[in-house]
Amino acid sequence: MLRILQFLYRIRAFILFVFLEVAAIWMIVSNNSPQGAAFFNSSNDLIGSVLKQQADVVQFFSLAEDNEALTSENAEILQKLLLLQVKPDSVSFTLDSAFAATYQFKGARVIGNSLRFSQNYLTLNKGSKDGIKPGMGIFNPDGVVGRVKSVSENYSVAFSLLNTGLMVSSKIKSTDVFGSVQWDGKSSSEARLLFVPRHVKTQEGDTIVTSGFNAVFPEGILIGIISKVAPDEKDPNYLNLTIKLSTDFSKVSYVYLVENTQFNELDSLYRQSEVSNEY
Amino acid sequence: MNIRNLISYLLLIIFLGVVQIFFLKNLALFGVAFVFIYLLGILILPISIRTVPLLLIAFGLGFLLDVFYETIGMHTAAATFLAFSRSLWLRAISPTGGYVDTEEPSLSEMGFGWYLSYSLPLIFAYSVVFFTADQWGTGGFLGVLNKSFFSSIFTCLLVILVQLLFFKRRRGI
Repeated sequence: MLRILQFLYRIRAFILFVFLEVAAIWMIVSNNSPQGAAFFNSSNDLIGSVLKQQADVVQFFSLAEDNEALTSENAEILQKLLLLQVKPDSVSFTLDSAFAATYQFKGARVIGNSLRFSQNYLTLNKGSKDGIKPGMGIFNPDGVVGRVKSVSENYSVAFSLLNTGLMVSSKIKSTDVFGSVQWDGKSSSEARLLFVPRHVKTQEGDTIVTSGFNAVFPEGILIGIISKVAPDEKDPNYLNLTIKLSTDFSKVSYVYLVENTQFNELDSLYRQSEVSNEY
Repeated sequence: MNIRNLISYLLLIIFLGVVQIFFLKNLALFGVAFVFIYLLGILILPISIRTVPLLLIAFGLGFLLDVFYETIGMHTAAATFLAFSRSLWLRAISPTGGYVDTEEPSLSEMGFGWYLSYSLPLIFAYSVVFFTADQWGTGGFLGVLNKSFFSSIFTCLLVILVQLLFFKRRRGI
């Protein structure tokens, strides 16, 4: 018995090493499962405030660019408003009120961002206090940005679209064929469109937008443009489509968050009817 | 390690941490070469330090970085691995006669050739563990090797540069 203890004492460094590695791997696994509670991340108040200070300084330099983007977006919205106000017909149909109130929008600022790893995350300066909830979709005027992962009182952490764990339900705008956009971990300006059958006719330059099927994003938010069409080598049933992303992830600073107020109802309906909603 | 060394070590850690988190977080040369300058904080610890405190320091440093990098566990696992292999590697490359009058494995104490053979393999091992954890199940092993190779060279270069610029010189090198 004594000799066993002596032996254990002699290799204590190795035991500690194994223990620490196991702890680290456990942290990786629990952090990467979407449902797993994230204990320590930048939604922590202290770390969030440090990141915010940094963002305050860095974003000062992009103020002019941000203003320009906001102005052009305002112009676009004004244009749409004009279309709504002028009624070509004297008879107007009011939309179903349930439909109209399905989506709610909020604004936030990105204070932490990464794009060079395989799992990239964003940190936003708003949290549960401002009504941010896990699962909300994030986009900016250029296109889809990501999805909220976890929130604290004042900050929230989100999957970037540049995260190999995130899939966004999407479709080809011209033909309405749907698929899933997923990042392949390589270039920060390109992603893949998965599950498009081989018989579909597509070409370079086709626009990819969100489909609205998984109830995270409303239909029609831009994701990117098809940049390469090739048959899939691994699975001959599908096409291998490469997308040029419309969002420049190195410059995301202000974003919109969208919440589907009927998401829970839809989700429980799917569960009740045992349909897995992958898209 | 007396109190003066301890304070200068803490200052070094704070300096490296600030540089790493605020300036080097989003830096990647050609998309493949990352810098993990904070590893200097583990590499610079005295040769005589015992493995247990070394492991704990590395674990803490890696975890601190993880929190800011949003990569919980990855830097921690890699830094702990580096710390453990450091003590083995130091034994393997000990000069004939052992480490006698030298205390810390720094560039000025040990010379350029020894330092390169000390730091480069360790940083490479770190990078391999880190990028394997990062690309687990997604990318191929080739991508991991590619990133590790260039990152370790770039990091090593900066680790040496920092020592040349900011550390007191004892011998002319």
